[in-house]
Amino acid sequence: MAKNIQPSAHRDNAREDAVNAAQGNVSKKDVAAPALGVSGMLRWAWTQLTSMRTALMLLLLLAVAAVPGSIFPQRVQDAFAVQSWINDNPEIGPVLDFFQFFDVYSSVWFSAIYLLLFISLIGCIIPRARKHWQQMTTPPPRTPRRLQRLPEYGALELEDGGPTPEQALKDAAAVLKRRRYRVDLRETSVGAEKGYLKEIGNILFHVSLVGVLVFVAAGSMFSYRGQKVLIEDEGFVNALVAYDNFYPGTWFEEEDLDPFSIRLNGFQREFDRQMFGDEPNPNYGQALGFVADVTIQDGVDAEPEDTTLQVNHPLTLGGAQLYLVGNGYAPVVTVRDGEGEIAFSGPVITRPDDGVYTSMMVIKAPDAQPEQLGFVGLFLPSAHDTGDGLAVSVDPELYNPQLHLNAYAGDLGLDEGVPQNVYVLDTEELQVLNSREVEAGGIVLSPGETHELPDGMGTLTFEDVQDYIAIDIHYNPGETGVLIFALTATGGLIISLFLRRRRAWVTVETNDAGRTLVRYGLLSRGEDFRLREESIALREQFEKTWTVRPPQPDEETATDA
Amino acid sequence: MPTINVQLAEYSELFMLIAAFIYTLAFILFSIDAARSSATIRRVEAELAQETEAERAALREKKLVAAGSADSTAGEPAESDAASADTASTSGVASDSTGDSDSAGGADSASGAELVDEDMAYVGTRRPIANVAIAFTAIAALAHAFAVIARGLAASRWPLGNMFEFLTGAALVVTLVYLIVLIRRDVRFLGVFVLGLVVTMMVGATIGFPTPVGHVQPALQSPWIAIHVTLAAMSIGLFVLTFAMSLLQLVQARREAALLAGAETRVQRVLARASFLRLVPSAFALENWSYRINAVAFVFWTLGPMITGAIWARESWGRYWGWDTKEVWTFVIWVVYAGYLHARATRGWTGNRAAWLSIIGFACIIFNYAVVNVYFPGLHSYAGLPE
Ligand code: HEM
Repeated sequence: MAKNIQPSAHRDNAREDAVNAAQGNVSKKDVAAPALGVSGMLRWAWTQLTSMRTALMLLLLLAVAAVPGSIFPQRVQDAFAVQSWINDNPEIGPVLDFFQFFDVYSSVWFSAIYLLLFISLIGCIIPRARKHWQQMTTPPPRTPRRLQRLPEYGALELEDGGPTPEQALKDAAAVLKRRRYRVDLRETSVGAEKGYLKEIGNILFHVSLVGVLVFVAAGSMFSYRGQKVLIEDEGFVNALVAYDNFYPGTWFEEEDLDPFSIRLNGFQREFDRQMFGDEPNPNYGQALGFVADVTIQDGVDAEPEDTTLQVNHPLTLGGAQLYLVGNGYAPVVTVRDGEGEIAFSGPVITRPDDGVYTSMMVIKAPDAQPEQLGFVGLFLPSAHDTGDGLAVSVDPELYNPQLHLNAYAGDLGLDEGVPQNVYVLDTEELQVLNSREVEAGGIVLSPGETHELPDGMGTLTFEDVQDYIAIDIHYNPGETGVLIFALTATGGLIISLFLRRRRAWVTVETNDAGRTLVRYGLLSRGEDFRLREESIALREQFEKTWTVRPPQPDEETATDA
Repeated sequence: MPTINVQLAEYSELFMLIAAFIYTLAFILFSIDAARSSATIRRVEAELAQETEAERAALREKKLVAAGSADSTAGEPAESDAASADTASTSGVASDSTGDSDSAGGADSASGAELVDEDMAYVGTRRPIANVAIAFTAIAALAHAFAVIARGLAASRWPLGNMFEFLTGAALVVTLVYLIVLIRRDVRFLGVFVLGLVVTMMVGATIGFPTPVGHVQPALQSPWIAIHVTLAAMSIGLFVLTFAMSLLQLVQARREAALLAGAETRVQRVLARASFLRLVPSAFALENWSYRINAVAFVFWTLGPMITGAIWARESWGRYWGWDTKEVWTFVIWVVYAGYLHARATRGWTGNRAAWLSIIGFACIIFNYAVVNVYFPGLHSYAGLPE
């Protein structure tokens, strides 16, 4: 009997306890104290790590450890937000930073948890798979001594002159086989089992998780992503120098960049213009569609091709994907300095701040003489004077484009070599030329107009408005692998959760009355809410196979004793 | 972009209000039913006693006839109960309607008569108020379904594009799931909880996030929204049921312990006497059923928020997973329920601890929708909230 008790594949498995108890197996006490010696200790630690309880603890720990990443800004998303958070909280910020609370998902502690979990997982799967292989290649487990103890049990007494016990056993085996059990015909009993796929599904699920992890990791190693702002008529060639921002994976190499190119020819925005009667509808002016007309060239030898780039419709070029992630207006301005020379000329990217494209604008003219010039303010696509000299934008489209700027002179701080955000100008040290606070007032310009700065410091001309788009370029060779393993994991999960692993035994004996008594019992490994239905179906099949005596209460009790 | 059908939009809003109103009535009725459960129990017990009496009488008559015609060995009327129970457990066939009385354990002895079935099959307990509540729920669900569909038709898109629509849509799924389960199973005891939540969602949607019918921004114009958000709503619909069941399981487990050990503390005495709990299946049955439902919901969650979410994120934002606040919580929820499924297979973690994990998982879901959508900035900020 002992040889039939297979070793537990992992400690603390409640399902195995239940099965062992029902089959009347002695539950092995595997709480063995750590054996002496290094190897003993190691084995003990390994058993601990691969136990169900540890897996559960690590899972719960993983859930808890993921939470801080939603509370604190994360560098993977917004390095700028992290920096300002630390600046705003000078006490706790650096401490949290030291403990990697702004890089939770690449932190030592988060990685430690999931790596331990996956080591535990592998340590769990291997013996489990081995054990399952063994179970699939050996006959179903021995017949328990008392089938009455099983969760589903039944007995049939066959009519006099029915089949011999041997024949009845064979019939029972045939019935079980028809119900797709794997059957083992023994001397006085039949052992049967089905639903081996359930365990395979479970193993497939857990193995697939490892696959997902491997491809996530490999993908991010070889990946790169970058951002680029393209103004109308501007082109981009996929090379390191052309990016505004570039984030390579650890093993990225520059030659991984395929030399595709993209050029922005035009940009269309569509807004909700529906009227409800005479009223604008509640969502009037909401963005409905963005379409960038682009020309792409997939490699130096390829033909240029006109196409569109839209939200939710990325373009694939040279294995990388291009996404339309933003857009806005780029007013074209010309700055002349005090000496009449052009200090800056061209489109300036503004950052829309709301649904009507009220956009932040910063112009820096470090070449201006005698003093460097800087401008800060707003671009309003449809400016509307609120009455007190303040203007707001009332529509996202260019119905009345205006610049509302303050002008500054002085050292813009660009020469110190400290990298600066092009969208921010620190005006603290600068001399105010134009602003609502000073006598000269702020600058308000419509296209074609020129503003004279006070003290002959120069002029600012608002020429025109162009569109720009922001594109993200992503390359991640691991994606397909992640998707495939995510799907096999789901498949395994479904198999594992909804298939049933069942064992059935049938014994045949001759009772005191000389009739053939068939007993059968069913047991499932894991949850099985339809075991009773299986039991009923089995009984029906038996009743069709043989002529069964109707249940006789007192006889039953007699034979059971 | 097709124009918005204003008339249909107005009907949608009207029917949403009507549905919310009827749901509220149904909720009140369910509450009354729960409060009056002691009366129900008394009536049912009286009926049962009558039935048993009638059966006994019939049996005695039959036995007398039988005894008169053949040998009299089976003529012990007192034996009839035991005998039929025995055939039930050995044959397994006859027991479907009576439920497995042997596995019911403490609960059965606690309730005395069979008021509820361990498989949550209908056992003929008459609860007219609850039945009216169910009828109201069904009518409300019709109005609700019309409102949701009309909203989608009015804007020619899938009606799950903002916080208002998600709440009302998820509430509809919750109701439909509950009604469908009701067809097969006697889960009337969950009515107060389910309707309470549905009413909360409807009220939350109309007061917290009123949003006129309209188009959605370009990022949401994708066929994935239908699959992704619908699967999320479906799994939440199921998680709601298991949440309520797990809560009841904890309470029921304490009550069963109190009944077994004899009520000592005041809480135990209150529990032991709580008549509503006698209309609730045993802790063991609740645990099994929440496991079954959680397993389905977990698959939906894996396919919906996790996998199709990742696919869509890759289509829309360029990466399949970026630890956006919403993604973090989707992951946390997934891991918690994975933990729950593990707990059910771990020695010492079945029962109450598993129930707690199921409750924590649902708390995370609530947090994810109520708090994260509103207070945490992120790519998923499509809630349609005023700036
Ligand atoms: C990445 C971490 C893990 C996740 C997300 C995970 C998830 C799951 C899920 C969802 C199930 C239920 C579905 C099924 O039966 O297939 C499950 C079952 C199971 N897991 Fe894991 N698991 C993880 C790690 C582990 C580890 C480390 C072990 C080993 C100790 C393990 C052992 C098991 C076992 C034995 C079952 C089957 C329980 C039963 O008998 O029904 N898992 N796991």
